[in-house]
Amino acid sequence: MTEPKIPLWEVFIRSRNGLAHKHVGSLHASDATLALQAARDLYTRRGEGLSIWVVPSHAITASDPADKGMMFEPAASKIYRHPTFYDVPDEVGHM
Amino acid sequence: MYTQALNAGAVGAGQPPGEDAALLARFQERVDADQRIEPNDAMPEAYRRTLIRQISQHAHSEIIGMQPEGNWLTRAPSLRRKAALLAKVQDECGHGLYLYAAAETLGIAREELVDQLLTGKAKYSSIFNYPTLSWADIGAIGWLVDGAAIMNQIPLCRCSYGPYARAMIRVCKEESFHQRQGFEIMLTLARGTSAQKAMAQDALDRWWWPCLMMFGPPDAASQHSDTSTRWKIKRFSNDELRRKFVDATVPQAHFLGLTLPDPDLRFDADSGHWEFGAIDWDELRRVIAGDGPCNADRIAARRCAHEDGAWVREAALAFAAKRQAKQAA
Ligand SMILES: [Fe+2]
Ligand SMILES: [Fe+2]
Repeated sequence: MTEPKIPLWEVFIRSRNGLAHKHVGSLHASDATLALQAARDLYTRRGEGLSIWVVPSHAITASDPADKGMMFEPAASKIYRHPTFYDVPDEVGHM
Repeated sequence: MYTQALNAGAVGAGQPPGEDAALLARFQERVDADQRIEPNDAMPEAYRRTLIRQISQHAHSEIIGMQPEGNWLTRAPSLRRKAALLAKVQDECGHGLYLYAAAETLGIAREELVDQLLTGKAKYSSIFNYPTLSWADIGAIGWLVDGAAIMNQIPLCRCSYGPYARAMIRVCKEESFHQRQGFEIMLTLARGTSAQKAMAQDALDRWWWPCLMMFGPPDAASQHSDTSTRWKIKRFSNDELRRKFVDATVPQAHFLGLTLPDPDLRFDADSGHWEFGAIDWDELRRVIAGDGPCNADRIAARRCAHEDGAWVREAALAFAAKRQAKQAA
Protein backbone atom coordinates (compact mmCIF):
# COMPACT_ATOMS: atom_id res chain seq x y z
CA MET A 1 0.00 0.00 0.00
CA THR A 2 1.38 3.42 -0.84
CA GLU A 3 0.62 6.03 1.78
CA PRO A 4 -0.52 9.51 0.71
CA LYS A 5 2.30 12.05 0.78
CA ILE A 6 2.69 14.45 3.69
CA PRO A 7 3.01 18.07 2.49
CA LEU A 8 6.32 19.99 2.50
CA TRP A 9 6.71 23.30 4.38
CA GLU A 10 9.43 25.95 4.32
CA VAL A 11 10.57 27.23 7.69
CA PHE A 12 11.61 30.84 8.44
CA ILE A 13 13.01 31.96 11.78
CA ARG A 14 13.56 35.41 13.28
CA SER A 15 16.58 35.23 15.53
CA ARG A 16 16.89 37.23 18.71
CA ASN A 17 19.10 39.88 17.14
CA GLY A 18 16.15 41.67 15.57
CA LEU A 19 16.81 40.69 11.96
CA ALA A 20 14.06 39.66 9.54
CA HIS A 21 12.80 36.08 9.35
CA LYS A 22 15.31 33.95 7.48
CA HIS A 23 14.80 30.69 5.63
CA VAL A 24 16.36 27.85 7.60
CA GLY A 25 15.10 24.71 5.88
CA SER A 26 12.05 22.60 5.25
CA LEU A 27 10.04 19.79 6.79
CA HIS A 28 7.01 17.60 6.24
CA ALA A 29 3.79 18.01 8.24
CA SER A 30 0.13 17.28 7.63
CA ASP A 31 -1.07 20.75 8.68
CA ALA A 32 0.16 24.16 9.82
CA THR A 33 -0.10 23.43 13.55
CA LEU A 34 2.04 20.32 13.30
CA ALA A 35 4.43 22.11 10.95
CA LEU A 36 4.99 24.82 13.58
CA GLN A 37 5.58 22.25 16.31
CA ALA A 38 7.96 20.25 14.13
CA ALA A 39 9.81 23.45 13.18
CA ARG A 40 10.20 24.26 16.87
CA ASP A 41 11.68 20.80 17.55
CA LEU A 42 13.81 20.69 14.45
CA TYR A 43 15.18 24.21 14.08
CA THR A 44 15.16 25.86 17.52
CA ARG A 45 16.65 23.31 19.92
CA ARG A 46 19.29 25.81 21.03
CA GLY A 47 17.33 29.01 21.27
CA GLU A 48 17.93 29.95 17.63
CA GLY A 49 14.81 32.04 17.33
CA LEU A 50 11.96 34.03 18.83
CA SER A 51 9.46 33.65 16.01
CA ILE A 52 8.74 30.99 13.40
CA TRP A 53 6.90 31.17 10.09
CA VAL A 54 5.93 28.03 8.22
CA VAL A 55 4.79 28.34 4.61
CA PRO A 56 3.52 25.55 2.36
CA SER A 57 6.31 25.03 -0.17
CA HIS A 58 3.85 25.03 -3.06
CA ALA A 59 2.78 28.56 -2.11
CA ILE A 60 6.19 29.97 -3.01
CA THR A 61 6.73 31.36 -6.49
CA ALA A 62 10.40 31.45 -7.40
CA SER A 63 12.25 33.17 -10.20
CA ASP A 64 13.69 30.85 -12.81
CA PRO A 65 17.51 30.60 -12.76
CA ALA A 66 17.37 30.58 -16.58
CA ASP A 67 15.94 34.13 -16.43
CA LYS A 68 18.80 35.39 -14.30
CA GLY A 69 20.12 37.61 -17.06
CA MET A 70 16.78 39.21 -17.87
CA MET A 71 15.90 39.66 -14.20
CA PHE A 72 19.11 40.98 -12.71
CA GLU A 73 21.47 42.09 -15.47
CA PRO A 74 19.79 45.50 -16.01
CA ALA A 75 20.71 46.49 -12.45
CA ALA A 76 24.39 45.81 -13.06
CA SER A 77 24.76 48.66 -15.59
CA LYS A 78 23.07 51.30 -13.42
CA ILE A 79 26.06 52.36 -11.42
CA TYR A 80 24.44 55.78 -10.85
CA ARG A 81 22.24 54.03 -8.28
CA HIS A 82 25.26 53.81 -5.97
CA PRO A 83 26.61 56.68 -3.86
CA THR A 84 30.17 56.22 -5.11
CA PHE A 85 29.04 57.32 -8.60
CA TYR A 86 28.85 60.94 -7.44
CA ASP A 87 31.80 63.25 -6.85
CA VAL A 88 31.72 65.26 -3.64
CA PRO A 89 34.89 67.25 -2.81
CA ASP A 90 36.81 66.04 0.26
CA GLU A 91 36.43 69.47 1.88
CA VAL A 92 32.70 68.84 2.23
CA GLY A 93 33.43 66.01 4.63
CA HIS A 94 31.39 62.90 5.20
CA MET A 95 28.08 62.73 3.33
CA MET B 1 32.33 7.91 5.77
CA TYR B 2 28.65 8.32 6.60
CA THR B 3 28.42 7.93 2.86
CA GLN B 4 31.04 5.32 2.29
CA ALA B 5 30.61 5.36 -1.49
CA LEU B 6 30.33 1.62 -1.63
CA ASN B 7 27.22 1.13 -3.70
CA ALA B 8 28.14 -0.96 -6.68
CA GLY B 9 27.09 0.20 -10.13
CA ALA B 10 28.69 3.56 -9.73
CA VAL B 11 27.10 6.75 -10.86
CA GLY B 12 29.30 9.11 -12.76
CA ALA B 13 30.69 6.93 -15.50
CA GLY B 14 29.82 8.90 -18.59
CA GLN B 15 26.80 11.01 -19.37
CA PRO B 16 23.45 9.81 -20.58
CA PRO B 17 23.20 10.23 -24.33
CA GLY B 18 21.80 13.56 -25.37
CA GLU B 19 23.22 15.50 -22.47
CA ASP B 20 24.73 18.58 -23.92
CA ALA B 21 28.52 18.78 -23.83
CA ALA B 22 28.18 22.54 -23.64
CA LEU B 23 26.03 22.24 -20.53
CA LEU B 24 28.68 20.03 -18.93
CA ALA B 25 31.42 22.51 -19.74
CA ARG B 26 29.38 25.46 -18.42
CA PHE B 27 28.58 23.52 -15.28
CA GLN B 28 32.23 22.65 -14.67
CA GLU B 29 33.16 26.31 -15.17
CA ARG B 30 30.70 27.35 -12.48
CA VAL B 31 32.02 24.71 -10.09
CA ASP B 32 35.62 25.71 -10.83
CA ALA B 33 34.73 29.32 -10.09
CA ASP B 34 33.45 28.17 -6.67
CA GLN B 35 29.88 29.14 -7.47
CA ARG B 36 27.29 27.25 -5.46
CA ILE B 37 24.86 25.08 -7.41
CA GLU B 38 21.25 25.59 -6.35
CA PRO B 39 18.23 23.25 -6.75
CA ASN B 40 16.76 24.65 -9.96
CA ASP B 41 20.09 25.29 -11.69
CA ALA B 42 21.02 23.22 -14.71
CA MET B 43 23.21 20.31 -13.64
CA PRO B 44 24.49 17.09 -15.20
CA GLU B 45 22.29 14.11 -14.48
CA ALA B 46 25.22 12.25 -12.93
CA TYR B 47 25.85 15.13 -10.50
CA ARG B 48 22.21 14.98 -9.42
CA ARG B 49 22.27 11.21 -8.99
CA THR B 50 25.59 11.19 -7.16
CA LEU B 51 24.29 13.79 -4.72
CA ILE B 52 20.98 12.02 -4.16
CA ARG B 53 22.88 8.86 -3.34
CA GLN B 54 25.41 10.54 -1.09
CA ILE B 55 23.03 12.85 0.79
CA SER B 56 20.45 10.11 1.33
CA GLN B 57 23.09 7.63 2.57
CA HIS B 58 24.21 10.34 4.94
CA ALA B 59 20.62 10.90 6.12
CA HIS B 60 19.98 7.19 6.57
CA SER B 61 23.17 6.94 8.64
CA GLU B 62 21.96 9.66 11.02
CA ILE B 63 18.60 7.94 11.40
CA ILE B 64 19.97 4.42 11.93
CA GLY B 65 22.70 5.94 14.10
CA MET B 66 20.08 6.73 16.75
CA GLN B 67 19.69 3.02 17.50
CA PRO B 68 23.04 2.00 19.03
CA GLU B 69 22.95 5.01 21.36
CA GLY B 70 19.23 4.83 22.00
CA ASN B 71 19.96 1.38 23.39
CA TRP B 72 21.50 3.00 26.52
CA LEU B 73 19.05 5.87 27.09
CA THR B 74 17.11 4.11 29.83
CA ARG B 75 20.30 2.84 31.49
CA ALA B 76 22.46 5.96 31.52
CA PRO B 77 24.31 6.07 34.85
CA SER B 78 23.08 9.52 35.94
CA LEU B 79 20.46 12.12 35.08
CA ARG B 80 23.19 14.37 33.65
CA ARG B 81 24.36 11.63 31.28
CA LYS B 82 20.82 10.72 30.37
CA ALA B 83 19.82 14.28 29.50
CA ALA B 84 22.97 14.71 27.38
CA LEU B 85 22.47 11.42 25.54
CA LEU B 86 18.81 12.18 24.89
CA ALA B 87 19.76 15.57 23.45
CA LYS B 88 22.44 13.95 21.29
CA VAL B 89 20.12 11.28 19.90
CA GLN B 90 17.53 13.98 19.18
CA ASP B 91 20.20 15.96 17.32
CA GLU B 92 21.03 12.93 15.17
CA CYS B 93 17.37 12.68 14.21
CA GLY B 94 17.49 16.36 13.29
CA HIS B 95 20.58 15.77 11.16
CA GLY B 96 18.75 13.02 9.30
CA LEU B 97 15.82 15.34 8.65
CA TYR B 98 17.95 18.28 7.45
CA LEU B 99 19.67 15.89 5.07
CA TYR B 100 16.49 14.26 3.74
CA ALA B 101 15.22 17.78 2.99
CA ALA B 102 18.46 18.60 1.15
CA ALA B 103 18.14 15.41 -0.93
CA GLU B 104 14.53 16.25 -1.77
CA THR B 105 15.61 19.51 -3.41
CA LEU B 106 17.14 17.29 -6.12
CA GLY B 107 13.73 15.99 -7.10
CA ILE B 108 13.24 12.81 -5.08
CA ALA B 109 10.34 12.37 -2.65
CA ARG B 110 10.83 11.75 1.07
CA GLU B 111 8.64 8.67 0.85
CA GLU B 112 10.89 7.21 -1.82
CA LEU B 113 14.00 7.83 0.28
CA VAL B 114 12.44 6.17 3.33
CA ASP B 115 11.35 3.29 1.17
CA GLN B 116 14.88 2.78 -0.13
CA LEU B 117 16.13 2.48 3.44
CA LEU B 118 13.38 0.14 4.62
CA THR B 119 13.72 -2.18 1.64
CA GLY B 120 17.49 -2.36 2.02
CA LYS B 121 18.04 -0.74 -1.37
CA ALA B 122 19.97 2.15 0.17
CA LYS B 123 23.11 1.87 2.28
CA TYR B 124 24.04 3.59 5.50
CA SER B 125 27.33 3.81 7.36
CA SER B 126 28.82 0.45 8.34
CA ILE B 127 29.64 1.75 11.82
CA PHE B 128 26.04 1.54 13.04
CA ASN B 129 25.93 -2.20 12.48
CA TYR B 130 28.07 -2.81 15.55
CA PRO B 131 26.42 -3.40 18.95
CA THR B 132 26.70 -1.18 22.02
CA LEU B 133 27.57 -3.75 24.68
CA SER B 134 28.40 -1.50 27.62
CA TRP B 135 27.95 2.09 28.79
CA ALA B 136 31.54 2.78 27.75
CA ASP B 137 30.46 2.24 24.13
CA ILE B 138 28.42 5.43 24.42
CA GLY B 139 31.61 7.25 25.34
CA ALA B 140 33.51 5.61 22.49
CA ILE B 141 30.81 6.46 19.95
CA GLY B 142 30.66 10.14 20.90
CA TRP B 143 34.43 10.48 20.99
CA LEU B 144 35.35 8.36 17.96
CA VAL B 145 32.32 8.00 15.69
CA ASP B 146 31.26 11.63 16.04
CA GLY B 147 34.92 12.62 15.87
CA ALA B 148 35.25 10.82 12.55
CA ALA B 149 31.97 12.31 11.35
CA ILE B 150 33.22 15.82 12.11
CA MET B 151 36.41 15.21 10.08
CA ASN B 152 34.24 14.29 7.13
CA GLN B 153 31.52 16.89 7.58
CA ILE B 154 33.62 20.02 7.99
CA PRO B 155 34.86 19.99 4.36
CA LEU B 156 31.30 19.20 3.23
CA CYS B 157 30.28 22.66 4.50
CA ARG B 158 32.05 23.92 1.34
CA CYS B 159 30.47 21.36 -0.99
CA SER B 160 29.39 22.75 -4.37
CA TYR B 161 25.71 21.93 -3.81
CA GLY B 162 24.14 24.75 -1.77
CA PRO B 163 21.45 22.87 0.19
CA TYR B 164 23.90 20.12 1.21
CA ALA B 165 26.54 22.64 2.29
CA ARG B 166 23.99 24.61 4.32
CA ALA B 167 22.68 21.47 6.03
CA MET B 168 26.27 20.55 6.90
CA ILE B 169 26.88 23.93 8.52
CA ARG B 170 23.93 23.35 10.85
CA VAL B 171 25.06 19.80 11.55
CA CYS B 172 28.65 20.80 12.32
CA LYS B 173 27.50 23.45 14.80
CA GLU B 174 25.64 20.76 16.74
CA GLU B 175 28.23 18.05 16.37
CA SER B 176 30.98 19.31 18.65
CA PHE B 177 29.01 18.76 21.85
CA HIS B 178 28.53 15.16 20.76
CA GLN B 179 32.23 14.48 20.64
CA ARG B 180 32.96 16.32 23.87
CA GLN B 181 30.29 14.47 25.84
CA GLY B 182 31.69 11.17 24.54
CA PHE B 183 35.23 12.09 25.50
CA GLU B 184 34.04 13.18 28.95
CA ILE B 185 32.41 9.76 29.47
CA MET B 186 35.66 8.05 28.45
CA LEU B 187 37.71 10.30 30.72
CA THR B 188 35.46 9.63 33.71
CA LEU B 189 35.74 5.88 33.16
CA ALA B 190 39.49 6.02 32.50
CA ARG B 191 40.00 7.83 35.80
CA GLY B 192 37.60 5.56 37.68
CA THR B 193 38.03 2.12 39.23
CA SER B 194 40.10 -0.51 37.44
CA ALA B 195 36.87 -2.16 36.31
CA GLN B 196 35.70 1.14 34.78
CA LYS B 197 39.03 1.66 33.07
CA ALA B 198 38.87 -1.87 31.66
CA MET B 199 35.41 -1.08 30.32
CA ALA B 200 36.73 2.00 28.53
CA GLN B 201 39.64 0.02 27.08
CA ASP B 202 37.31 -2.73 25.89
CA ALA B 203 35.10 -0.18 24.13
CA LEU B 204 38.11 1.40 22.44
CA ASP B 205 39.36 -2.05 21.37
CA ARG B 206 36.06 -2.83 19.67
CA TRP B 207 35.35 0.57 18.08
CA TRP B 208 38.78 1.66 16.85
CA TRP B 209 39.05 -0.36 13.66
CA PRO B 210 35.40 0.02 12.58
CA CYS B 211 35.90 3.79 13.01
CA LEU B 212 38.87 3.77 10.65
CA MET B 213 36.69 1.89 8.16
CA MET B 214 34.09 4.68 8.32
CA PHE B 215 36.18 6.74 5.92
CA GLY B 216 35.55 4.20 3.19
CA PRO B 217 37.84 2.07 1.05
CA PRO B 218 41.45 3.14 0.38
CA ASP B 219 41.86 5.74 -2.38
CA ALA B 220 43.32 3.18 -4.78
CA ALA B 221 40.10 1.14 -4.61
CA SER B 222 37.54 3.93 -4.40
CA GLN B 223 35.26 4.17 -7.41
CA HIS B 224 33.68 7.60 -7.11
CA SER B 225 36.42 9.88 -5.92
CA ASP B 226 37.50 11.38 -9.23
CA THR B 227 34.21 12.82 -10.42
CA SER B 228 33.21 13.80 -6.89
CA THR B 229 36.43 15.74 -6.49
CA ARG B 230 36.06 17.42 -9.87
CA TRP B 231 32.54 18.50 -8.92
CA LYS B 232 33.69 19.66 -5.49
CA ILE B 233 31.38 17.32 -3.67
CA LYS B 234 34.40 15.76 -2.04
CA ARG B 235 37.33 17.93 -1.02
CA PHE B 236 39.59 15.35 0.62
CA SER B 237 40.17 11.70 -0.24
CA ASN B 238 39.21 8.83 2.07
CA ASP B 239 42.82 8.21 3.01
CA GLU B 240 43.51 11.89 3.70
CA LEU B 241 40.54 12.13 6.05
CA ARG B 242 41.46 8.84 7.76
CA ARG B 243 44.99 10.08 8.36
CA LYS B 244 43.72 13.38 9.81
CA PHE B 245 41.46 11.44 12.14
CA VAL B 246 44.25 9.15 13.36
CA ASP B 247 46.61 12.08 13.90
CA ALA B 248 43.99 13.92 15.95
CA THR B 249 42.80 10.92 17.94
CA VAL B 250 45.96 9.05 18.97
CA PRO B 251 47.13 11.78 21.38
CA GLN B 252 43.62 11.91 22.88
CA ALA B 253 43.76 8.16 23.55
CA HIS B 254 47.14 8.63 25.22
CA PHE B 255 45.70 11.40 27.37
CA LEU B 256 43.03 8.95 28.49
CA GLY B 257 45.77 6.45 29.38
CA LEU B 258 44.25 3.90 27.01
CA THR B 259 46.03 1.72 24.46
CA LEU B 260 45.02 1.70 20.80
CA PRO B 261 44.49 -1.86 19.59
CA ASP B 262 47.14 -1.61 16.88
CA PRO B 263 50.61 -3.10 17.51
CA ASP B 264 51.91 -1.43 14.33
CA LEU B 265 50.94 2.09 15.38
CA ARG B 266 54.00 4.36 15.51
CA PHE B 267 54.81 8.01 15.14
CA ASP B 268 56.79 8.81 12.03
CA ALA B 269 58.96 11.80 12.88
CA ASP B 270 59.82 12.48 9.23
CA SER B 271 56.25 12.84 8.00
CA GLY B 272 54.86 14.04 11.34
CA HIS B 273 52.04 11.48 11.05
CA TRP B 274 50.97 8.42 13.00
CA GLU B 275 51.44 5.31 10.87
CA PHE B 276 48.82 2.67 11.52
CA GLY B 277 48.52 -1.05 10.76
CA ALA B 278 46.57 -2.75 7.97
CA ILE B 279 42.78 -2.37 7.97
CA ASP B 280 40.67 -5.49 7.46
CA TRP B 281 38.85 -4.42 4.30
CA ASP B 282 37.09 -7.78 4.11
CA GLU B 283 35.32 -6.94 7.34
CA LEU B 284 34.12 -3.64 5.86
CA ARG B 285 32.90 -5.39 2.72
CA ARG B 286 31.02 -7.97 4.80
CA VAL B 287 29.35 -5.36 7.01
CA ILE B 288 28.38 -3.22 4.01
CA ALA B 289 27.02 -6.27 2.21
CA GLY B 290 24.65 -6.88 5.13
CA ASP B 291 26.64 -9.36 7.16
CA GLY B 292 27.61 -7.20 10.15
CA PRO B 293 26.68 -8.06 13.73
CA CYS B 294 23.51 -5.92 13.78
CA ASN B 295 22.43 -5.24 10.16
CA ALA B 296 19.22 -7.25 10.36
CA ASP B 297 18.27 -5.82 13.79
CA ARG B 298 18.79 -2.23 12.67
CA ILE B 299 16.53 -2.52 9.63
CA ALA B 300 13.94 -4.55 11.54
CA ALA B 301 13.79 -1.88 14.26
CA ARG B 302 13.47 0.90 11.66
CA ARG B 303 10.69 -0.94 9.82
CA CYS B 304 8.86 -1.60 13.05
CA ALA B 305 9.04 2.10 14.02
CA HIS B 306 7.77 3.07 10.57
CA GLU B 307 4.87 0.63 10.65
CA ASP B 308 3.96 1.48 14.24
CA GLY B 309 3.80 5.14 13.23
CA ALA B 310 1.53 4.55 10.24
CA TRP B 311 -1.70 5.20 12.16
CA VAL B 312 -0.33 8.53 13.42
CA ARG B 313 0.46 9.72 9.90
CA GLU B 314 -2.90 8.50 8.71
CA ALA B 315 -4.78 10.22 11.54
CA ALA B 316 -2.89 13.49 11.08
CA LEU B 317 -3.68 13.57 7.34
CA ALA B 318 -7.33 12.68 7.97
CA PHE B 319 -7.60 15.46 10.53
CA ALA B 320 -6.01 17.97 8.17
CA ALA B 321 -8.40 16.93 5.36
CA LYS B 322 -11.44 17.18 7.65
CA ARG B 323 -10.48 20.65 8.82
CA GLN B 324 -9.82 21.81 5.28
CA ALA B 325 -13.23 20.54 4.18
CA LYS B 326 -14.87 22.39 7.09
CA GLN B 327 -13.11 25.63 6.20
CA ALA B 328 -14.12 25.28 2.56
CA ALA B 329 -17.77 24.71 3.49
FE1 LIG C 1 24.99 13.58 13.28
FE1 LIG D 1 26.64 13.41 16.18
